[in-house]
Amino acid sequence: MKTYYYPGCTLPDKARDFDTSARACCELLGLELEEMERWVCCGSAFKLDHKNIMQHLAPIRNLAEVHKEGGRLMTLCVFCYNSLKRANYAFLAEPDKHEVINDFIESDYDGKVPVVHLLEMLKDEVGFEALAEKVKRPLGGLRVAPFYGCLLLRPQEEIGFEDPENPTVMEKLFEALGAEVVSYPHRLECCGSYLSLKDRDHTTSMVTRVLESAVEAGANAIVTSCPMCNFNFEFFGGELVARDTIHTFYFTELLALALGADRKLCGLEQHETDVDRLIDEALAAPATAAAGSETAGSGTSGARASGDQAPDARNG
Amino acid sequence: MTRIGVFCCWCGSNIGGVVDLDRVREEVSKMPGVVHAECYRYFCSQPGQQMIEDAIGEHKLTGVVIAACSPSMHEGTFRKAAERAGLNRFHVEIVNTREQCAWVHQEEQEAATEKAIGLIAAMVEKTRQNEPLSPGSAPVVRRALVVGAGISGVQTALDIANGGCEVILVEKEPSIGGHMAQLSETFPTLDCSQCIMTPKMVDVAQHEKIRLLTYSKVEEVTGNVGNFHVKVRRMSAHVDRDKCTSCGICIEKCPVTVTSEFDEGLAARKAIYVNSPQAVPNTPVIDAEHCLYLENGKCGICAKVCEIGAVDYEQADEILEFDVGAAVVATGFDEFDPNLKPELGYGRYENVITGLEMERLCSSSGPTMGEIEIDGKKPKDVVFIQCVGSRDETVGNEHCSRICCMSTTKQAFLVKEKIPDAAVTVFYMDIRAFGKGFEEFYDRVRKKGVVYRRGSVSEIYRKKDRLVVRAEDTLLGEPLDLETDLVVLAAGLVPRHDADDVAKLFKLSRSTDGFIKESHPKLHPVETTTNGVFLAGCSQGPKDIPDAVAQAGCAASKVLSLLESGKLTTEAQIAEVDEERCAACAMCVTACPYDARTLDEERNVAEVDEALCQGCGACVAACMNKACELKNMTTRQIGSMVSQLGDRS
Amino acid sequence: MTLRLERGTFTTTFTQRLKELSGQDLFTCYQCGKCSAGCPSASVMETPPHAVVRLAWLGQEKALRGLNTYWLCAACLTCDLRCPKGIDVSRIMEALRVMFLRPREEPDMVAPDSLPKDMLSRIPQQALVAGLRKYTK
Repeated sequence: MKTYYYPGCTLPDKARDFDTSARACCELLGLELEEMERWVCCGSAFKLDHKNIMQHLAPIRNLAEVHKEGGRLMTLCVFCYNSLKRANYAFLAEPDKHEVINDFIESDYDGKVPVVHLLEMLKDEVGFEALAEKVKRPLGGLRVAPFYGCLLLRPQEEIGFEDPENPTVMEKLFEALGAEVVSYPHRLECCGSYLSLKDRDHTTSMVTRVLESAVEAGANAIVTSCPMCNFNFEFFGGELVARDTIHTFYFTELLALALGADRKLCGLEQHETDVDRLIDEALAAPATAAAGSETAGSGTSGARASGDQAPDARNG
Repeated sequence: MTRIGVFCCWCGSNIGGVVDLDRVREEVSKMPGVVHAECYRYFCSQPGQQMIEDAIGEHKLTGVVIAACSPSMHEGTFRKAAERAGLNRFHVEIVNTREQCAWVHQEEQEAATEKAIGLIAAMVEKTRQNEPLSPGSAPVVRRALVVGAGISGVQTALDIANGGCEVILVEKEPSIGGHMAQLSETFPTLDCSQCIMTPKMVDVAQHEKIRLLTYSKVEEVTGNVGNFHVKVRRMSAHVDRDKCTSCGICIEKCPVTVTSEFDEGLAARKAIYVNSPQAVPNTPVIDAEHCLYLENGKCGICAKVCEIGAVDYEQADEILEFDVGAAVVATGFDEFDPNLKPELGYGRYENVITGLEMERLCSSSGPTMGEIEIDGKKPKDVVFIQCVGSRDETVGNEHCSRICCMSTTKQAFLVKEKIPDAAVTVFYMDIRAFGKGFEEFYDRVRKKGVVYRRGSVSEIYRKKDRLVVRAEDTLLGEPLDLETDLVVLAAGLVPRHDADDVAKLFKLSRSTDGFIKESHPKLHPVETTTNGVFLAGCSQGPKDIPDAVAQAGCAASKVLSLLESGKLTTEAQIAEVDEERCAACAMCVTACPYDARTLDEERNVAEVDEALCQGCGACVAACMNKACELKNMTTRQIGSMVSQLGDRS
Repeated sequence: MTLRLERGTFTTTFTQRLKELSGQDLFTCYQCGKCSAGCPSASVMETPPHAVVRLAWLGQEKALRGLNTYWLCAACLTCDLRCPKGIDVSRIMEALRVMFLRPREEPDMVAPDSLPKDMLSRIPQQALVAGLRKYTK
């Protein structure tokens, strides 16, 4: 099944780093992508009032476009991912509305186009063991705090790709890349999202809570798959960002780097902090978890090794 | 010449408010064979029953049709009344005009009235063709089976045995006592659980009327009330129970350690083990899954050190068979698995524990000798969280577990006793202190300085070496992050993981909460849908110890009155065989769920065991030759009922 | 503040409309406060989420109008994820926003031209799309 890439509004511009690096990753991993020829707004935030499926026309229209070509849709921005996947779910749940919507957008959409995130493809199609073998530049000196935020995993019954209370995909990913994965409590928190338009002090406190907890756990990099989190962390991160204490990355930037992509293709341009220095140091350091060996991707053990290990007695 | 009387009950306004009973009476009076029809507010009342008795005499009735509530409610009542007036009880039939007419068609009164008339007409036709029947009787085996030997099973067994009947008490674990044996003190009186439980356990083991089978499972139940046949698998302990002196040397020398189930994972046991020093029986068993010798033939130390040669690696499971007259299911509960609430950190943080684990920590015979500590460290502060897995639709448990409010209150009290300067906080939604002495105890514990905060916890995370509990004090409307060293989750009570197997074994139903269903929530709380099978304790739903003991006594008295009656009235309305038509194809034998059908190979006909037949009619439906009939529900009778209904629609 | 509870409050058109718009049966809420406990914005809300549900349950339209609670909801869905009664509190917040946004007489809560320049030059497009839809008429 052909994979159509849906970039959304932010990736071609304010999150170019995400877009460039993701394309480089897919290239190096042999994941074939084709950008959708015509795409429209995903609706940004998924509308939560219950009544009107017509509010989900924009995302459905994108899916109908992919349906015409007979493929699936891959996206990176979690706003797009959440909105498209949930709209699809809502559409499927209301078969009696299909006709009126299809008449309106001039299509014959059936609700069956799969919506996937690149992280899903890495987990289910590439596999972390295989990925570890492809690592050319292990990320030895990076102490990575994976940040999931809200929309990548919730709500579970509609998104359903990881346990929203106990996800492991990014931990496994960065173990495979040879980085040290840091366990900290606030990886599922809200970054403040677009409350930053209005309540900037509050956003600052939300961001600080997350970053401080990551730094306290020893992280020097926090990794997201969302331009919104990325922006909030860098813009509202205060001293922690100003002093280069913690750097914010899209997961694809570090993945591309580890896979040996040309540095120019790894994004790394739109950062507020001095990421170049961090990365030079990181690449010079020896890999932490043995990338490319059979131990990579061995579950969540790396994440919990910093003190959260369950007592053995429990497992018996 | 049949003379039918029809009695239309108002059931207060239940039927009378919807169905036009005057019109019903008028229509019914015209029906062939009906010589008397009357309406009354409550026919089930004493004057109502008298009216029926009088009418039978006065009008020389040969059949009675009563249009009222469900037959499961008052069929017996009315049949008894008819008997008093000299009419065979099987000439009385009930038409359910309450549930089937008035209640379901509340908004369509006219249609409800028409339906009532139709149903009565059909029943009048059937009643005209009824035969007088007389029930038979069958002997009752004066022995009972009790499954599960926690406090409920133990109490039931003792009460039955003290009443003079034999008991087979079957327990799956190597020793008895169930969850109660794991507890420290018990609320609200703070009696030591061991002190009140152990004597009962010893009584059971020594009672001459009780045969105790531990490490055993009921595998098959056949037969019927008064005469069940059960097969019990006695699992091999690999230890000769008669030879063993419980000296304990084998346990001491066993090199394999396994997580102890009895200590809720907080301590280890050996591969050959007894649950605890107080275990009854005190004979060790070998856990075949972990024994090195049974796994791969290596080790064999326990056999070597046992001087009397009680260890027997070759010992096989035994199948024992018993006839019993009644059975009591007392299989208990499981504690909810808090891994299903991942936000609470159970399984991730060793200092987040469950209520049962806390019981083991508090117990003076527990792994820490009653010291509350994790990894040798005493907590400075303790947080309790209520309703974990109870009242929670997201994990499929709508029910309240009934004991957690008080067991938490008791544990909070124990923390205050053992670590007086600890800050103890309980997060709760409602405190349900409904039992005797509960509210007073709750008061006492608050006075001792335990802080109750109303609000449910969203998340628990680790900060350095402490835990942070993220909650809301809903009474203040303020969010709070509370640091603590130990969190105790009041994990709720859920049906045992094998409740479904038990239900299938005894042909029982389960209620929506998954516990085994009683036959009536108010009037038959220990009976089940299977005659002769009773319930005790938490198998039926969450209960505290006083309630479990009370229910056990109730079940025992029901069992005794059944067993002591000596014989049992059997179903009268049963199947019969027209031997002329029977081809002995045995379809009825396969169809019968009660093992009441057999083939007489010599005469080449199918037979009905009148004691076992329950009159369900499965054989009638299965018979290809129409050789099977159900008494008073013959094909001819059903035909005339259907044609009555057809004529009227 | 004294709340007046009058006959018929429980079935006001307000409560019914809120139920319809949110698709949530707020009457099943037993006020455990788990939504408020996990809400990342609860500390700055005038009234915590569970109390908003309570007010809505009691048909208190007036008391709800003007609260900052639902505007501070970032729809992170933590409450939905953890509600033991399976209520999507975020949908109730969205419904309140829908009901109270249009009739507002005050100026828009966010004016694009008032945002700091450095922020505007970097903020993701998606934030503007979603945010302006949330905050402006």
